[in-house]
Amino acid sequence: MDRLQAMEEKGSSLWRDAWIKLSKNYLALFGLGVIALLCIVSLLTPWIAPYGYEEQNLMLGATAPSLEHWLGTDIFGRDMLTRIMYGGRVSLMVGFIATAVALVIGVLWGAIAGFVGGRVDAVMMRIVDIMYALPFMIFIVLLMVVFGRNILLLFLAIGAVEWLTMARIVRSQVMSLRKQEFVEAAYSLGLSQWTIIRRHIIPNTLGPVIVYTTLTIPSVMLLEAFLSFLGLGIQPPESSWGLLINYGVETMEEYPWLLIFPGVTLSLTLFALNFLGDGLRDALDPRTSKD
Amino acid sequence: MLRFAFNRLLQAIPVLLIVISATFFLVHSAPGGPFSADKAVPPEVIRALEAQYNLDQPLWQQYVSYLGDVLQGDLGPSFKYSGRTVNELIAAGLPATAELAMYAMLVALIIGISAGVLAAMRPNTMQDYLPMSAAMLGICMPSFLLGPILVLVFGIHLEWLPVSGWGDIPGDKILPAITLGTGYAAYIARLSRGGMLEVLSQDYIRTARAKGLSEPLIIFKHALRGGLIPVVAFLGPAFAGLLGGSFVVETIFQIPGLGRFYVQAAFNRDYTMILGMTVFFATLIILFNLLSDMLALWLNPKLRQQAGGES
Repeated sequence: MDRLQAMEEKGSSLWRDAWIKLSKNYLALFGLGVIALLCIVSLLTPWIAPYGYEEQNLMLGATAPSLEHWLGTDIFGRDMLTRIMYGGRVSLMVGFIATAVALVIGVLWGAIAGFVGGRVDAVMMRIVDIMYALPFMIFIVLLMVVFGRNILLLFLAIGAVEWLTMARIVRSQVMSLRKQEFVEAAYSLGLSQWTIIRRHIIPNTLGPVIVYTTLTIPSVMLLEAFLSFLGLGIQPPESSWGLLINYGVETMEEYPWLLIFPGVTLSLTLFALNFLGDGLRDALDPRTSKD
Repeated sequence: MLRFAFNRLLQAIPVLLIVISATFFLVHSAPGGPFSADKAVPPEVIRALEAQYNLDQPLWQQYVSYLGDVLQGDLGPSFKYSGRTVNELIAAGLPATAELAMYAMLVALIIGISAGVLAAMRPNTMQDYLPMSAAMLGICMPSFLLGPILVLVFGIHLEWLPVSGWGDIPGDKILPAITLGTGYAAYIARLSRGGMLEVLSQDYIRTARAKGLSEPLIIFKHALRGGLIPVVAFLGPAFAGLLGGSFVVETIFQIPGLGRFYVQAAFNRDYTMILGMTVFFATLIILFNLLSDMLALWLNPKLRQQAGGES
């Protein structure tokens, strides 16, 4: 009991240390703030968006930013701020859900490989090595062509690509953990392997996993935007930042704001996520320095 | 070293086989045949078409004959461009894409390495922060955004450079190369900074300093070789990324290259074309990964010993 308490205290102080370090990193805090704001705005969009999603005004057409339309309107007279807010819901959703898919696959794969070890580990990591060598961008395009372009598949396809590094990180973490005494103790208490993985191994790999998750979200969002830009990702009437940029490019000579506002929003989000990820890495993982 | 290369080549064969098989069955499991999308076609025409493309045979037979063809370097006919083969289309697109990728890589290496080395020479000063912030900007500015913005500024407003084309007007290769190269320049800057920082803290660099060597001599003669190993290891994956990036850049700048063909094939649901090009890309990428591993091995004697011991 005493030992358990001691462990908990040590655990919480580790997290508090991390939080103190993070709160001194202004760039990371800025990132956290931007992400929080974006999430809140995305959740509340149906209520706080200045105009309805399908509201168009063909008579108005494309107008530059004004008091009525802060970010201007597109060629159908649709309010850009509203479009960007709704697009952000999709972009963020893809980012979070596809990352969650990658997270689950990667953590389980890495934990099992690292924990079981031996031949199983060799085979599983060999598979990861092989998949690293595959042209995934191309593979996702292929998937989207073959199975049609639906959002669910997009989540799965992107998630199925991004778990590889996660698996590697978790595996190396687990390899070092499974030699430690408390795991041996759990064994001698007769816990099953699955319970040990779930209760002891996974919680202890949390630090690096959180860091890498934060860094996976921007790369996933970038991938989605990339596909949507090519017309192979999100399809109208749904909208995402990548799709808005795609439309913006078509008319950028006449109406540059249609390109610039979604572009700035996407870049700012990616910035914020990357800064937060870097900050978390410095705070949580003392071994890896900021490259 | 040779043995290592040979082993890696042997390993590449099953990987390629997996890629070809997976792509083949994926494409053939697509709902709706390749000819069903068009207007109503008489059934006998469809049957004739299917016979022409061997689609009337059982799947495994098609698979075996496709594998045989691929082994001989024949990627089959295109569904949409009748009378043209996938090989011809790849041959038509490859020069532009290869040239674009080469220029982009040059841009990435020159800017990336100089920024990274500069930053590593004076860590945690302005000389470090400025290039590294720029690198972060480069990472967060995707090519499909950077390209149009460059076009808008340098092509349309300043009218300094052509906005599209490839090899028609002098200077029309500059913007695409910068667009494609910038993201990789940013990654390379971060990698080379990390690598250089590590090397510069080593004893042999201190020895070199103690001998009174000048800073440039230390950097160029002693530190670069070790410090750039992470960059070299990144070149293989970067090449794969360049191919993917060429989809966007070639679309934006209307360059008749492989990337644009691939995207068009995706839109046209030109299955044989997609299949053939995927196989081609996969082969290229596996080859380049191999090359970049070999190069890293050659640069790092420690690693060389390990690899030699293992095999």
